[in-house]
Amino acid sequence: MKVHVDMNLCQSHGECVAVAPDVFELGDDDVLVWQEEVDDSRRADMQEAANVCPMMAISLED
Amino acid sequence: MLRLVIVGASLAGLRAAQAARAAGHDGGIVMIGREPHLPYTRPPLSKELLQGTQEIEDSALHVGELDVEWRLGVPATGLDRQSKRVRLDDGTEAPYDRLIIATGSRARPWEGPGSHLKGVHTLRDLEDAVALRTALSSSERLLIVGAGFIGCEVAASARALGVEVTLVDIAAHPLLPFGPQLGERWARMHRERGVDLRLGVGLAELRGRSGRVEHAELTDGTTLNTDTVLLALGSQLNTEWLADTGLKFDPAIVCDATLTTVSDPDILAAGDIAAVPVALADGTPMRVEHWTTAAEHGQLAGRNALLHPADRAAHANPPYFWSDQYGSKIQALGCPALADRIEMLEQSPEDDRFVAACVSGERMIGIVGMNAARRLPWYRKQLTQPQPLEQVKAALADDTKTLGAPVGASV
Repeated sequence: MKVHVDMNLCQSHGECVAVAPDVFELGDDDVLVWQEEVDDSRRADMQEAANVCPMMAISLED
Repeated sequence: MLRLVIVGASLAGLRAAQAARAAGHDGGIVMIGREPHLPYTRPPLSKELLQGTQEIEDSALHVGELDVEWRLGVPATGLDRQSKRVRLDDGTEAPYDRLIIATGSRARPWEGPGSHLKGVHTLRDLEDAVALRTALSSSERLLIVGAGFIGCEVAASARALGVEVTLVDIAAHPLLPFGPQLGERWARMHRERGVDLRLGVGLAELRGRSGRVEHAELTDGTTLNTDTVLLALGSQLNTEWLADTGLKFDPAIVCDATLTTVSDPDILAAGDIAAVPVALADGTPMRVEHWTTAAEHGQLAGRNALLHPADRAAHANPPYFWSDQYGSKIQALGCPALADRIEMLEQSPEDDRFVAACVSGERMIGIVGMNAARRLPWYRKQLTQPQPLEQVKAALADDTKTLGAPVGASV
């Protein structure tokens, strides 16, 4: 599955990092970096990351 | 098949319904909401929406193909726990097997003289934000009563729009829960941006002409000219509809860590209205009125409501809070309001980024950071339980990724 983050919305809250630190990370400049291609077995985690994002910046695609 | 009723169609309620469906619930879900709108997110109401960088539709929460029966614009008016029914304002009833209460809170009113005048606002709902935005487009002098988070964010938004702002609070410093040391810093931040910040003083009276507000008298006798007033005096829980139900209040609904009310295993609560044990507060039930808590509670309540009480999972994440003011991001984890002191842990040499510990006794029970987003995940890991402060400082001393050693005594 593909993980999209709308960087116009992302404000680096780091909620997604808390849910899945192996997929999402905040760089030195506080800017989010993430893996765009994630194994389907992680769907529940990715959905949770999208659900807890205060900016609603994360979307998933099959 | 289990009938799930969710009262409160905002963030917590929506996440509960989504989580129940994601967990495979295929029975009915009724979502009852006081407001006529589908769920929306409130943080932009004091910031992006007010400043005009976001529109109303940008605040909509993504609902998708969620299979629920919406009862929007119809507040719940009562609950009968014996017959397991929620009463609605239109005279109908919603029977439930499991009930999730997520009716949240509203702006606390001020009922002093002149509160009815035109030009006097509170900010909680979408309509409030639209009305305030319209007012600010032609306002010259905004008076904000209350220098809490809403008051401070609106002050910053109004300054960005070029409006003159007076911000008053009866407390000795802004953002009271973060304590007096950091309070000095927030006060400076607002004053440097041209806010007329008056502390230790409250609102005595509003006066107007032809029904419109024109003057405000403060408790120290000062009179201010104003055309728009925002009363930002905190919140009040929407619990009236639950009077005489026998549920335990404190003043929020007292729940165990699984969000199950202590009074009734078939009733759960989520978001602002739930008092839930917080590990960082040594298990004291606390009301945490933050966006993230509402989202987390909602998800957990939606899953737990489907389960036998013994199988329900506990909420464990530390409270998380943020505020954006003048382009700076303030973030907090844990329980700053319960701290007895603040101690700087990391600080950039320019002093524009920092992380400070909120300390109770010798234990770190929270942090406040400014422009320190990348450091939050590390602290989040520490803050599942109170941590000995010395241990945290020792770990930071060996950490090459900190913002820098504290530059001095100034917090």
